[in-house]
Amino acid sequence: MQIAARHLDKVTIFDISGDIDLATSPQLRKALLREFRELKTPRVVLNLGAVRYIDSSGVASLVEGLKASREVRSRLILFGLNKTVREVLQLSRLVKIFEIYEDEAQSVAS
Amino acid sequence: MDQIDNALTQPEAMISLRNLRVSYGDSEILHGINFDVMPGETLVILGGSGSGKSTLLRTLVGLERPSSGEIWLKGKNIAAISSDEMNAIRKKIGMSFQGGALFGSMTVGENVALPLREHTKLEETTIEIILRLKLDQVGLAGFENYMPSQLSGGMKKRAAVARALAMDPEILFFDEPSAGLDPIIAAGVDQLILELKQAFHMTIIVVTHELASAFLIADRMVLIDKGNVVAIGSTEEMRSSTHPRVRQFLDRIAEPEVSQELDYLQMLTEEYRRPGR
Repeated sequence: MQIAARHLDKVTIFDISGDIDLATSPQLRKALLREFRELKTPRVVLNLGAVRYIDSSGVASLVEGLKASREVRSRLILFGLNKTVREVLQLSRLVKIFEIYEDEAQSVAS
Repeated sequence: MDQIDNALTQPEAMISLRNLRVSYGDSEILHGINFDVMPGETLVILGGSGSGKSTLLRTLVGLERPSSGEIWLKGKNIAAISSDEMNAIRKKIGMSFQGGALFGSMTVGENVALPLREHTKLEETTIEIILRLKLDQVGLAGFENYMPSQLSGGMKKRAAVARALAMDPEILFFDEPSAGLDPIIAAGVDQLILELKQAFHMTIIVVTHELASAFLIADRMVLIDKGNVVAIGSTEEMRSSTHPRVRQFLDRIAEPEVSQELDYLQMLTEEYRRPGR
């Protein structure tokens, strides 16, 4: 998994690629917690377009990130989910809990 | 019935057994087993008491070493790998054994979290979310702080499945999933296996002697008798088979397993204690 950060006005976009699994999810968790708890970024957008697979530890890391965002009244937004990633979130009954948009424009503007 | 080529493994198979032999001391239990399990398939291993089906399962998960032959799991022959390599493969497989095998001194949540605490470096907060996700998936949301002794038989089985799912296995093994459960609870466990298969596209291997359960959950079945594969095929192929041993097995009136017979004998013959003595 690779994470590249981009910064727009009060928005951080993480372009993530590869697999989010036991080996890599701690890196994503750390990046999200830093963004919300330390930097208090109002909106963090995750571009998951190049993520092939996410396991339970990846889902748990997203959940932790979401909780951290709510604690500082920020937003965590996901877009670009492929079928596999969407299915994993659906099975965990999390699709309606996360803010999920179709593309980057919506994720930044809405 | 499937034709099995003894020499070649199917490259796309999740598990391939080739001429697998297992012995305890001088006595050979499995006499050259061959079959393949495809990704996403539920294969039920059927057999009576002493057929060798449980030995086969124990060998597949690496608890018994074969005396000869090959076990290809995700393209690696586990009959010939180091214990480090086997440990890496074990992370990809989940096991649910007879009786649930939960640790009685730990809460349900601690039981489910155990593989994650043992085998990963995940933060405790991440592990706690995962264990709750897994309990939710088996219908036990909110039971993380219960002790196993506070759960019914069916709930214990579900908790054991949640623990087997903790590491997101690609292959899930069940040993007699409905043993010791009443028919309604057992049907619930069958339903759970079907849900897991549909939701996660997992490869599932189930050892059982319960025919109703086997026909409900299987894509294909293997009948093992006296350490040999007698037949392998889809549920329809098995049902319409004219093979005498298959017919004998499928048409039998449910014969109790040996352990149940012993329990029954014990129940009939144990010393009667009159109230007040």
